[in-house]
Amino acid sequence: MLEVKSLSKSFDGFKAVNNANLDVQKGEIVAVIGPNGAGKTTLFNLITGILRPDSGTVHFKGENITGLPPYKVCRKRISRSFQVVNIFPRLTVFENVQVSILSREKKTWNLFTPSSKLVTDETSQILENVGLVEKRDRTTALLSHGDRKVLEIAMALGGDPEFLILDEPTAGMAPEETARCIELVKSLSGKLGLTILFCEHDMEIVFGIADRIMVMVRGATIVQGSCDEVRCNEAVQDAYLGGSDVCLM
Amino acid sequence: MLKGMLEGRGRIWWAAAIILMFLLPFILPRFYLYLLSIILLTGLLATSLNLVLGYGGIFQFHHAVFYGAGAYGTALILTRTGLSPWISFIVGPLVSAALGLIIGWVCIRLSKLYFAMLQISLGSLVWIIVYRWYSFTGGDDGIHGIPLPDILSSSNNAYYFTLAVTLICLFAMHKIVRSPFGSALQGIRDNPVRCEMIGINVKRHQLLALMIAGFFAGVAGSLFVVVDNTVFPDMLFWTLSLEICIMCLLGGWFTFLGPMLGAAIIIALRTFVSTYTTYWALVLGILMALVIFFLPNGVLGYVEEKIKKGFIEPVIKE
Ligand SMILES: Nc1ncnc2c1ncn2[C@@H]1O[C@H](COP(=O)(O)OP(=O)(O)OP(=O)(O)O)[C@@H](O)[C@H]1O
Ligand SMILES: [Mg+2]
Repeated sequence: MLEVKSLSKSFDGFKAVNNANLDVQKGEIVAVIGPNGAGKTTLFNLITGILRPDSGTVHFKGENITGLPPYKVCRKRISRSFQVVNIFPRLTVFENVQVSILSREKKTWNLFTPSSKLVTDETSQILENVGLVEKRDRTTALLSHGDRKVLEIAMALGGDPEFLILDEPTAGMAPEETARCIELVKSLSGKLGLTILFCEHDMEIVFGIADRIMVMVRGATIVQGSCDEVRCNEAVQDAYLGGSDVCLM
Repeated sequence: MLKGMLEGRGRIWWAAAIILMFLLPFILPRFYLYLLSIILLTGLLATSLNLVLGYGGIFQFHHAVFYGAGAYGTALILTRTGLSPWISFIVGPLVSAALGLIIGWVCIRLSKLYFAMLQISLGSLVWIIVYRWYSFTGGDDGIHGIPLPDILSSSNNAYYFTLAVTLICLFAMHKIVRSPFGSALQGIRDNPVRCEMIGINVKRHQLLALMIAGFFAGVAGSLFVVVDNTVFPDMLFWTLSLEICIMCLLGGWFTFLGPMLGAAIIIALRTFVSTYTTYWALVLGILMALVIFFLPNGVLGYVEEKIKKGFIEPVIKE
């Protein structure tokens, strides 16, 4: 479904992403792992058009989407959540998700119908699914960190995506919030049949939900394969664990 | 808050206030009626700025250009063509909207502060053209004694016209703020990157907002022609732009009616102060500093905060 080929991006000569390769099949959950600064977020930014790659290509469902601006990428039904919470702080929880749906339905050029009468059912439905429905009228600046991360995902869902990219969805969450978030991600894949690409530092989570794993180190893809293949891959251990003999986990 | 005010009892208060406004010409002396007209149209101007500043997060620091363009558009058609005067009232705002589109199109590729700098430069360019082009615009003299349709020539009727048009425009802008476009605009203000990522073409939405804001500023300019019968280049000068920015901040730039309140305070104060001293700019500066320190959300923003607090606390205690 998504195919990334030898993608590269440097910042002032520093190669943040250097020959990254990735393929994701329809319906899969794929994890990207790698140490801090490996270039995971940058890779996601390249896929979603927030950054333009220096070289390499991104194909989605056979179509070349390399270098498209984010709003066009989004219209291909690719949505993402951000590692650093990236929401609308002056709007309410409800409005945050609503804007996302309005945008997908191309209603944002409508000047005279009150927003409050549009797409309310669908917005409520999404809030229900992610468990934020009681907090719908709160200004998002007043939410806890965990709830904001969940709202991140809810906003991405507003775009009714086929392909969902989650950048460290559970980062900074309390243990029970993390558990709920994992359940949510699983149900998105299971019930809604979304294809999911995510990155995460917690190996337990990664091996728990990913079908396949791609390992990145210093901007480059070292290996992509099933959990078992990755777990005992020597190159991964060298780079990732500084050459210890044990398998990861 | 406004939503609550427009429902139930709030609606009655609004109706009463508007009826009172329509009755004022029977009570007020002519000078105060003139002052009130100026407050209304300047409030309209400030509200139009706030559409892009407070709701859109766009630093349009030279908004007076569109006010002047609307006024000159109307005045030039009234004095130099035989067209119906009513056409001039539409052409003025359209000229402003077009100018808003052009200047916006050039500036919008820059972000925040750079947008502001370029916008001020281009606006000043327009001012210079108006100021220097004697044969067409009357240069620094401006245009005086602009002929108006008979029905608008009495000061009472000019006031009624201003009041009605201002109310209609406020209503329209309020609708726009509550519309999906308004929601998108506020999203863009809060977080443009996220907006792009949920599929919104940020620059195009901003451009439309700039055009709409230009249009309503142009309406305010046309109203000035009706109220004052003159136009002059100072209407496009950047000091006026600064003043309307201050009106938005003072009244509350995250509230819908804040800019109108700000306009009322500043104009009333200026009229009052300038009978005592010539240091109006000094007073304005001190006022601005006080607002920034003590009322960062403006007067109406402060009131709204208080109401919200009084409203939320009992709910939490239950
Ligand atoms: N806009 C930028 N300008 C300059 N350098 C950048 C920029 N964005 C990222 N980098 C650098 O690129 C490298 C990769 O960053 P990136 O955020 O992609 O890593 P990551 O794998 O997501 O790390 P983490 O696990 O900490 O989130 C880092 O060294 C970072 O400092
Ligand atoms: Mg990252």
